[in-house]
Amino acid sequence: MTRKGKGLRPASRQNIIYWAFLLPNFLGVLFFALLPMLQVLLRSFQSAIGGRWMGFQNYLAVLKNAAFQIAVSNTARFTLVCVPLLVALSLALAVALQAIPPVGSALRSAYLMPMAVPAASVVLVWKVLFHEKGLINGALLALGGSGVDWMGSGAAFWMLVISYLWKNLGYTMVLWTAGLAGIPESVYEAAQVDGAGAWQTLLYITLPNLRGSAYTITVLSLLNSFKVFREAWLVAGDYPQESMYLLQHLYNNWFRELDFDKIAAASVMTSAVVFVLIGFLRKAWDGED
Amino acid sequence: MLFAALLALTLLICFPIWFAVTGAFSAQWELEAKLSPIFSAGEGMAAWSALPAAPTLKSLVEVLLDSPGFFTMFWNSVMISLGVLGGQLLTAVPAAWALARFPLRGKKAILTAYIVLMLMPFQVLMLPQYLVLQKCNLLDTLGAVILPAVFSTFPVFILHRFFKAIPQEILEAARLDGAGELRIFCQIGIPMGVPGILSVCILTFLDSWNMIEQPMTYLKTKSLWPLSLFLPEIGMEEMGVGFAAALMMLIPALLLFLGCQEYLEQGIAMSGGKD
Repeated sequence: MTRKGKGLRPASRQNIIYWAFLLPNFLGVLFFALLPMLQVLLRSFQSAIGGRWMGFQNYLAVLKNAAFQIAVSNTARFTLVCVPLLVALSLALAVALQAIPPVGSALRSAYLMPMAVPAASVVLVWKVLFHEKGLINGALLALGGSGVDWMGSGAAFWMLVISYLWKNLGYTMVLWTAGLAGIPESVYEAAQVDGAGAWQTLLYITLPNLRGSAYTITVLSLLNSFKVFREAWLVAGDYPQESMYLLQHLYNNWFRELDFDKIAAASVMTSAVVFVLIGFLRKAWDGED
Repeated sequence: MLFAALLALTLLICFPIWFAVTGAFSAQWELEAKLSPIFSAGEGMAAWSALPAAPTLKSLVEVLLDSPGFFTMFWNSVMISLGVLGGQLLTAVPAAWALARFPLRGKKAILTAYIVLMLMPFQVLMLPQYLVLQKCNLLDTLGAVILPAVFSTFPVFILHRFFKAIPQEILEAARLDGAGELRIFCQIGIPMGVPGILSVCILTFLDSWNMIEQPMTYLKTKSLWPLSLFLPEIGMEEMGVGFAAALMMLIPALLLFLGCQEYLEQGIAMSGGKD
């Protein structure tokens, strides 16, 4: 087609072709993410107006901010409750579904479906379910329990937990299923020959072999837990009950008030935490090789 | 026992979706009657039934025919999703190929930067992106939502994993036949990467169809809003319309999910596998 000579082409020309594939995307990433992030890092040491050099003053102001402290502790509490719950539940599901193959794959679709459901199209549903006189409280009363004030008390936190689990259970289960599929059949056969029962196989073969996946899945779930903000915001707005006031609410409210110096400092600190988590993830990936 | 528990869980998980669907086929009066404790401080508790007592298309018709606002928002959502999808296919697919198959200098560093970016919560990127968009006079245009999303690094990462799985021998054979890199990419890379490309398409579509934080931060003009911002604005008094509009938003996502579930699962599995 072209008049390129056969044989070795000059290395530099080859390099130009290679970079031509990558550059359109890379420049966009540089322009819309990497460079502006550096700019924000710089701004975190400056005053919001005038850009005077402030040293670590913005950071101190953020750390002393009462709303920030509440948001951090809520976010941490949410993560510590949700991630172990999600990881354990989805593992149990993945193992259970694998035990009943044909039905299992049909049920898997059902568990995965919430992932496809746009958060905004179930807002009304959440509102009806978690209303003080809503369906969940109705069910609780019918079972002889008492109603819970979901929107106005500390129970709001559990609403967040439930919607997070609902949304992410299927996704995490698929990750586990991929891990399960990676365990060689021969290991199971050997266990069978040795006369291992179902529980023994689970405890001594399946679980130890999933250690690598467990690590990755935990870190991914931690990182995904930030996304629960959508549900929280849709149901409860900018200023929800205090127990579900997350870092993301705080960022939004600061943003609306144009407190860019605070956001800059808080973003840098959040990135630092994420960096550490990613470090763990990379270690997990390297360890599997 | 196990089976019964699983089935119960399935019903529990599907209930909110079923609720949303049946709500859209219920008349306003029926919703008000069932949910009167919520609507108007009525006595007792709200109730719901598996099927509407008097199924009707009235709310759906009202949304489709009598709400010009709905159409604008629906169209905005479509523009955003297609814009993001198109931009990603044009730039992310070749970039992923380059990262997976070319001996580029600095490749490892770039890939690490991409992974870090894809795992950052939006809130970290919010201010940086806002400042760029402001400088480019893009704020309050659909471009403000579309452009940063086009350069989200998640699709590049997933695709790069799919492309890496193509056996090297096939490419070597093509190179020996004198095929140029562009031709190898178009005639081998893209066809063999179709499952990866499809899984990226569905993940991207679900993500951009569902976008809330970005339009909320970058768009002021209501006529530019996507459906996801419009729906929460519908008050309880118009619940029938609210459910119907929610269903219209749900349908494209759900259809795509049912049609491409296999690729969705492959994409998810790829995101968790090792590097």
